[in-house]
Amino acid sequence: MSTTLESRLAALRGSAPPRPMDARTLAALAANPGCGRRALLDAAGVDKGAVAEHLGRPAPFGQSQFSIVRGNAFEARVKADGCAELLRLLCERLGLPAPDEAALPDLSAVGPAGRAERTRQALEEATAAGGWSLLDHPMLRLEVAGSAVHLEPDAVVVRPDGRWTVVEIKSFPILDGCADPAKVGAAARQSAVYVLALRALAERIGRGEPEHTVVLVCPKDFSNLPTCAAVDVRKQLSVTVRQLTRLTRVEDIVSELPEGTTFDLALDDDRRTPRRPVEELAAAVDAVPAAYAPDCLSVCELAFHCRARAHECGAVEALGRGVRGELGALASVDEVLAAAAAGLGGAWQADGEGSAPAEHVSGGGCGVGGGTDAHGYAEDGGDFGGGDFGGGDFSGGDRRDFGDDAVTWRLREAARLRAEALAGTAAGGRA
Amino acid sequence: MSLIATLARMEALREGRARPLATVRHRHLSERPMVFVPLTTAGEAGAPLGALFGTDREEPTLLVVPQPRDRDLRFAFLAQLAQGMLPYLEGYADDVDVEVRKGKDPETGEPVEVERELCRDAPQLLVPNGSGVRYVRLLGRSMRFRRTAEEAPDEPYPVPSRVPLLGRWMTHFGERALTPGSCLLVSMTDLLSRHWASGQSGLEDQHLGALLAWLDPPPGVHGSEAALRAETARDERGLLECPPAGPATDPAFDNKLLAPAITRYDAGLSGAERAVRDLVGSQLRPTWDHVWRGLDLLRELPPGDRVAARWEGDRWSYTGHRDRLRAGEPPQPKRDDAVTAAAKLVRRETDQVRLDAHEALDDPLVMAERRLAGEAFAGEVVAVEMAYSEGRSPRPRPLVSVSTHDRPHVEPGTRVFRRLAGKAQEAQVAAAEPGLVVVRLVNQMGRGRVPAEGTVPEPGDVVCLTAFEHDPRPAAPLPPPEETPWTHGGPPGEAAMGASAPDPHTAEDYL
Ligand code: SF4
Repeated sequence: MSTTLESRLAALRGSAPPRPMDARTLAALAANPGCGRRALLDAAGVDKGAVAEHLGRPAPFGQSQFSIVRGNAFEARVKADGCAELLRLLCERLGLPAPDEAALPDLSAVGPAGRAERTRQALEEATAAGGWSLLDHPMLRLEVAGSAVHLEPDAVVVRPDGRWTVVEIKSFPILDGCADPAKVGAAARQSAVYVLALRALAERIGRGEPEHTVVLVCPKDFSNLPTCAAVDVRKQLSVTVRQLTRLTRVEDIVSELPEGTTFDLALDDDRRTPRRPVEELAAAVDAVPAAYAPDCLSVCELAFHCRARAHECGAVEALGRGVRGELGALASVDEVLAAAAAGLGGAWQADGEGSAPAEHVSGGGCGVGGGTDAHGYAEDGGDFGGGDFGGGDFSGGDRRDFGDDAVTWRLREAARLRAEALAGTAAGGRA
Repeated sequence: MSLIATLARMEALREGRARPLATVRHRHLSERPMVFVPLTTAGEAGAPLGALFGTDREEPTLLVVPQPRDRDLRFAFLAQLAQGMLPYLEGYADDVDVEVRKGKDPETGEPVEVERELCRDAPQLLVPNGSGVRYVRLLGRSMRFRRTAEEAPDEPYPVPSRVPLLGRWMTHFGERALTPGSCLLVSMTDLLSRHWASGQSGLEDQHLGALLAWLDPPPGVHGSEAALRAETARDERGLLECPPAGPATDPAFDNKLLAPAITRYDAGLSGAERAVRDLVGSQLRPTWDHVWRGLDLLRELPPGDRVAARWEGDRWSYTGHRDRLRAGEPPQPKRDDAVTAAAKLVRRETDQVRLDAHEALDDPLVMAERRLAGEAFAGEVVAVEMAYSEGRSPRPRPLVSVSTHDRPHVEPGTRVFRRLAGKAQEAQVAAAEPGLVVVRLVNQMGRGRVPAEGTVPEPGDVVCLTAFEHDPRPAAPLPPPEETPWTHGGPPGEAAMGASAPDPHTAEDYL
């Protein structure tokens, strides 16, 4: 990372200590690769939760101490007695006899970079030694969008044949052999990030073979006995690789920002109370382009803020990521409603003022013939009705253009059919 | 989401309140449903924290587990739940109609008359949201393999009697809920979002408080503002004014209030149990009220014509489970064998197709979606030309020309159907061009050479024809194969037997 970029990122973060990215944030980042806002704030190590809080829209989620306690207790149990139980489970899953002994190298070192270096050494030695080793909370490094990220899997097992397996310990249950697919999916995306980092490391040191099958260790049924499942993360790997390379280069985003932009909260002397004027902070956040979708609500601390902004500009994605697909170039709710309004004989107005609810539109929308472009929708109003469905009611010029025109046609039809049904004049249904 | 539903959401956004997605009610509502609002302990599988339930809006029963990690307290909770719920769940079992059908004697093969009972009504369990439905299934699974002291005197941790039975009922209801359109167990968010479009995404609709805020915003308040308030407004203690509808709790509630209260309970402080109880109750009550409010709104809609027939399917399902319990069958297996699983999947697919057809026929707004998709069309009859089939006794095969604004995906030869006196009249597309479809009617016109009165539309009539069948499944309301009791010839399956062994125990409590 160039020093200028580094210093710009530091300036963006301001006085707060950097907040390191981890596999969870990376997995979430990969879930919304189009979002420059998140990419930048994460790369700069900004505490998004604190920013959201100061903006008056705190994160829509949190973690209960009950689940934290439970998670820690389960992991401690799984790793008790020098991970004996963990190794036994793993070997059982891999169909191998349990080893009499496995090395448990000491990975402690100062700082994440130091620990990453120690992990590299340990992996190199363990692979060369050709026996079983279990690395408890190793530290891995991955370059993401120009910055270094440190990652800490629950464990990595080195096998005598030089293969490396990522182990993740989760506290959701595997019930009758099945686990919550959403949770398994999240764990798989997270593990894929670890595999990616291991691959990079294996390449650097020229030995070791990271496996694309990871092992999930979870409580069995309603007990706290561990059980494990092998999860093939090849799909998540390729998705993550693709998303990470697509991640808007942080450098490009930074260069677009106005000089002096910062997300500093200007903490008071008590190191807790933010003094930054809220409008100023909001302006800084909004200067970075975002890509809000409802999924953000479960993964990103800024979701309530971005949602409010998306609503303000009437972005259709606020209704669901898939919504855009059918709407072509129409990006705002007003545009869509205006385009659809032509299907109602123009009774709807784009600005919503004085608009009549659809069911009160006289004529029920059936008699739109010829009237389509009479209400200021001339730019595309006249382009429908000819062509392959001539004789239909959208009389006008030849229909040459598909794409956006087809979108508008479908919208109008949707509006017409909906209004007709609501007005009780539609054929079909209870007719 | 269909384009029409997307439009409805946008209308809702613009108008600041939810907009209709249906003109009739597509789900059965019991006159006396049981509302069940559960809460679970964060991070634990199947460790309930408490529940509000009952059939009386004004007087719910509150059950609370003051220390969810204590096995005895959890069992006591389940026992009380069984005591409170089973009378309701079993209360419809004895009021039956007897159906007489033709069948075969299993030994001689002689035709005989077979009597079958069908419960005249069935219980209905209402939970706040989709995770509530999944939680019922989970609770069912956690209870049904447990053993009572009477059943297994050596059982180290026997559950109070009737707990396994509640587990089997909950399992059955949870399983039935996977059938599209079924109503033994339904979530309020599903019911409401089936009938109204809010101005937010489907994901956000899972928050019952926010969804209701769109349906019923305070006067002068825009739905999105009301929904935001429901999602985020907190009182002076930092608690959400409208807590999540469960079964998960608000983490801030756990950390700030519940954890200290449980610690005080563990320390044996006086009044601590009461305090936990009040806290849990305070998180449940708003959701309880919301479920009933949602019910009020749904009851304002007239039921669709085919809703009662679908409820009959639920009654069969209920009756079938009753019969299995009476026959002394073992609990439902942990996992289905491959054949059963495949059969269920196929079954649910057909049920979905059938539900889609029925909803469209019951509701012009749903039909509108099918018309937009090119699967149906409506319009005015502009010409009728008499024609006959070939052969020795020619039958009427009139050609009906329909002028339509729709653009159906049909071509000559496509089978289409229209509704005629409660039945489906079939026709065949003879010609299709933009704006005009000509169909040949092929049945339901009586026996004569001349079509029976009223069986052929006349010029000026408005008709609606669908390219999908109206009742894509044999009409006989037999219970689905997986629900057929052994006593009625349903196979228990080899795997089912082995898969019903009780869960192993650990001496330490498992949390
Ligand atoms: S919430 Fe905002 S910042 Fe976070 S990923 Fe979504 S759009 Fe980007």
